[in-house]
Amino acid sequence: MQPSHVKYRLGKSYGFQILTYILAFACVVPLIAILFFIIKAGVTKINWHFLVNIPKPVGETGGGIANALVGSILIILVASVIAIPIGIMAGVYLSENRKSRLAYWCRLSTDILQGVPSIVIGIVAYFWLVKPFGKFSALSGSAALAIMMLPIVIRSTEETLKLLPDSLKEAALALGMPFHRVIFKVIIPVGVSGILSGVMLSIARITGETAPLLFTAFGNPYLSTKLTQPMQSLPLLIFNYATSPYNEWHDLAWGASLILLVWVLFLNIFTKIVTRKWKVQL
Amino acid sequence: MESTVIKSRNFNASFGSNHVVKNVNIDIPRNHVIAVMGPSGCGKTTYLRCINRMHELIPGASSSGEMKLNDEDVYQMHPIFVRLKIGMVFQRPNPFPNLSIYDNVIAGYKLNGIKLPKAERDRIVEHSLTRVALWNEVKDSLNKKGSFLSGGQQQRLCIARAVAMEPEVLLFDEPTSALDPISTSTVEELFHELKVNYTLIIVTHNMQQAARVSDKTAFFFMGELVEYDDTKIMFTNPKDNRTQNYITGRFS
Repeated sequence: MQPSHVKYRLGKSYGFQILTYILAFACVVPLIAILFFIIKAGVTKINWHFLVNIPKPVGETGGGIANALVGSILIILVASVIAIPIGIMAGVYLSENRKSRLAYWCRLSTDILQGVPSIVIGIVAYFWLVKPFGKFSALSGSAALAIMMLPIVIRSTEETLKLLPDSLKEAALALGMPFHRVIFKVIIPVGVSGILSGVMLSIARITGETAPLLFTAFGNPYLSTKLTQPMQSLPLLIFNYATSPYNEWHDLAWGASLILLVWVLFLNIFTKIVTRKWKVQL
Repeated sequence: MESTVIKSRNFNASFGSNHVVKNVNIDIPRNHVIAVMGPSGCGKTTYLRCINRMHELIPGASSSGEMKLNDEDVYQMHPIFVRLKIGMVFQRPNPFPNLSIYDNVIAGYKLNGIKLPKAERDRIVEHSLTRVALWNEVKDSLNKKGSFLSGGQQQRLCIARAVAMEPEVLLFDEPTSALDPISTSTVEELFHELKVNYTLIIVTHNMQQAARVSDKTAFFFMGELVEYDDTKIMFTNPKDNRTQNYITGRFS
């Protein structure tokens, strides 16, 4: 038989444990709810026809989101081509020169860049790329998204490489390897899983970005693969069609939402698999 | 043939304002095993890292004086060529974790972009692994990652990697301090084999090891080279009081 004050404390401890369980479960609920809601609304809209056709004019049933799918893939591809090499190289610089003045400013600006609202990046891309060339283009959208990717790629590369032991670099240097070979043949290959996971997460991050594309890629009701022309993308399509007054367009928006969700989910899971599989055991 | 392979004159090294190696003069004869011993912080590792110019990689590090490899000043050569001629083995085994055992041995060629025919590569790998008495243990698992080996095997793999480049001098920075006694004795046996082709400079703070493996011993204390002589003389009849105190265990 325990004295009552011990019982009281045990009871309090038990209550607190239960509370942590409930709150942890509460974190899962929104994701489940969103998944459930969007799958319910979107899954009936998706079929082969939906994926390979472009939207039909208002009043006609059917139509698909092929233009947005192709556009999203192209815009993200170009953004990756711009941001990944720059990001990885900057990350290498930061991990190699931890205390230099440039590293300090570079780190500070990536931190700030990470916090800049995406709409502001869109405006900047508009003034730098859309206005001077006088037209909306997929390329300007890619540039805006590339800016959003940069901080994630830079910091994840830096954090990964910082964790590698110095002995690894010394081993390579002691074999007479020049700096660039040490980086490309030893440091980056050993850190590849961390770098790759940063890259994938940054892609997952920009996939759903709408604001930077509003006045750069602009959107396009037709299938276009010209990077210098306006181009449709999934988030733009959802934004435009979901706010329209037509039921057919609402259906398209639901279907597109589900595609977008699956895409991001898949990227996140794929990142986890790749990170585990490519991890180099030190 | 007794010729000098490494020669330093008035050699100094520092980290910022911290003067770690003071005025070292030393002649290292070819095909000998030289032990460099001394208490912690005496500058022995720093001196070793100056020989193949690894010291200068540390921010704030500097050095002055003469360091010659076969009468050619190491500090006038490009560091890459220096390090091809003077190999190094570190305190902790550090095989490349992303490479197989085979690729680790020829890493010096492969990662430097030197193309070799397959037969030549196979020969180098087998030869180098045989030299470090590892061939029989790993010949059936050459495609496995180097990090699967035990610590002692990894260290021999690292020696094989250095040997594969056919350097003139091999530097060892406390090569057995992270190994168990059995692996240590295997590595120590290698030193006798390797000195036929190379000159070995071994930093150690283990006096017994210095006595066991070396032909000549250098004793560093507070950044100075106190005494440098044949190992037998150093351990039986040292001239300097500080050497005497160190080897009799009065301080360490």
